[in-house]
Amino acid sequence: MVAGWLDRFDGSLAPCNQIMRLANRVALITGGTSGIGEATSVLFAKEGAKVAVTGRNDERGQAVTEQILRNGGRAIFIHTDVRKAEDCRRAVEQTLITFGRLDILFNNAGVFYAHTALDCSEEEWDLQVDINLKGTFLMSKFALPGMIAQGSGVIINNSSGWGIVGGDSAVAYCASKGGVVLLTKAMAIDHGRQGIRVNCICPGDVDTPMLPEDARLRGLDWNSYLAGCANRPLGRIGTADEIAKATLFLASDDSSFMTGTALVVDGGGTAD
Amino acid sequence: MGSTPNSSGLLKGKVILITGGASGIGRATALLFAREGAAVMIADVNGEAGQAVAQEIVGNGGRALFEKADVTRAADCERILNRVSRELGPIHVLFNNAGIIRRASILELSEEDWDRVMAVNVKSIFVLSRQVIPLMAHAGGGSIINMASGWGLAGGPRAAAYCASKGAVVLLTKAMAIDHGPQNIRVNCICPGDTDTNMLRNEAQQLGQSTDRFLAEAARRPLGRVGKPDEIAQAALYLASDASSFVTGTALVVDGGGLAGSI
Repeated sequence: MVAGWLDRFDGSLAPCNQIMRLANRVALITGGTSGIGEATSVLFAKEGAKVAVTGRNDERGQAVTEQILRNGGRAIFIHTDVRKAEDCRRAVEQTLITFGRLDILFNNAGVFYAHTALDCSEEEWDLQVDINLKGTFLMSKFALPGMIAQGSGVIINNSSGWGIVGGDSAVAYCASKGGVVLLTKAMAIDHGRQGIRVNCICPGDVDTPMLPEDARLRGLDWNSYLAGCANRPLGRIGTADEIAKATLFLASDDSSFMTGTALVVDGGGTAD
Repeated sequence: MGSTPNSSGLLKGKVILITGGASGIGRATALLFAREGAAVMIADVNGEAGQAVAQEIVGNGGRALFEKADVTRAADCERILNRVSRELGPIHVLFNNAGIIRRASILELSEEDWDRVMAVNVKSIFVLSRQVIPLMAHAGGGSIINMASGWGLAGGPRAAAYCASKGAVVLLTKAMAIDHGPQNIRVNCICPGDTDTNMLRNEAQQLGQSTDRFLAEAARRPLGRVGKPDEIAQAALYLASDASSFVTGTALVVDGGGLAGSI
């Protein structure tokens, strides 16, 4: 089924028999320096998007953009702390200056600290809610005007399976991710008529640096922790690339009638 | 035909059975799956329309067969699957798409109509899937996609049997996902909002409303329009393909924001 690919070949290094699903799109990915954000940045670039990678770790951010550039894609890194409105405003502004437009915003930046309400300090509460939830609000606030002006745009928020069901020792994380699910629905209602789709993804446990960090904080042996994570219908944790592909589906026109939804990608973890 | 006019070959080499594939979402999905490289078996009670879809696919250079069948009957399902294995090979994907709607409250609904809605929308999934799952397990895995509805997650007026049946599909999906995940069989459902098909127009007739008024009402959702069959087919494509390899037991809502909340 590759008839006609030659007609569409534009000299880029993408696989010739594959359609670039994000050709001519500009994407901004927060927390793009590692894990799901890194995998999504690389996948989106491979699918033809120009990618603005943001994050707090400059070294890792540069490594991600260099990888994309080496593969023949286009990317910039913008140092951004999504807790700060001024950083968010500047991230959107620099994306517009560099690439001329913004089509896709992936609010992916997130942190997790395992605590019950009793042992979660106020600082740790604020840190998780401000990055996971307020950062999504701030980035969307600054990205929306341009999207509204061009009459199209896609926002994808990274929630969690724990934004739908509760989890143990994760009060601030659950609260922030539940907030992301309903913020997603509220923004979908407000901006659907302006041509903007807003959805979230709810990953289950995924092979990212966040997992071993959680095991360490909980004082659990990595192998027994991992076995617990894999205890779901598909019998394994997810890969960052599998979450990136769900994000790609929501970012592309393939999901043109989807808005206000929570796409669960968790190997069946929340099916019961 | 939708957003990606050309193929990415996402289903290259896959053998797929689509029930209710003669019209609407089933037809759009059969055409899309074939374009993505799958060999498609279309099953439907409507022989003429089903044959036409298969011919259209073959005319486009794709691979498709049609079998006239009532998938609420185990014997019909067996006949379909025998033909699939004989003429196409091991089955990788099952799209349980066949469905009907009766717009009636329980006071208006006959027992016969209740039974028929339940048989087509729910029992067919049970009857067909229990024959397909051993085949998929033997081949190392597969993907089953069930057609639910936005009205499988929230209630709607004068659609009691339909809501009951689609609610059952959502939870049957999750139960099957739990049981057959270890066999590497993923089971998910799609919850479309109102989509521009004959079934939607038929609802206006059942309710004695003008089609125009009914469709205008159906468009009242954040995206301000009803869906296109091809947009639901794209969601089915995601769930059928390896791009969703970590997705099981989920209800994929494709409804223009209809369920996000009140506008």
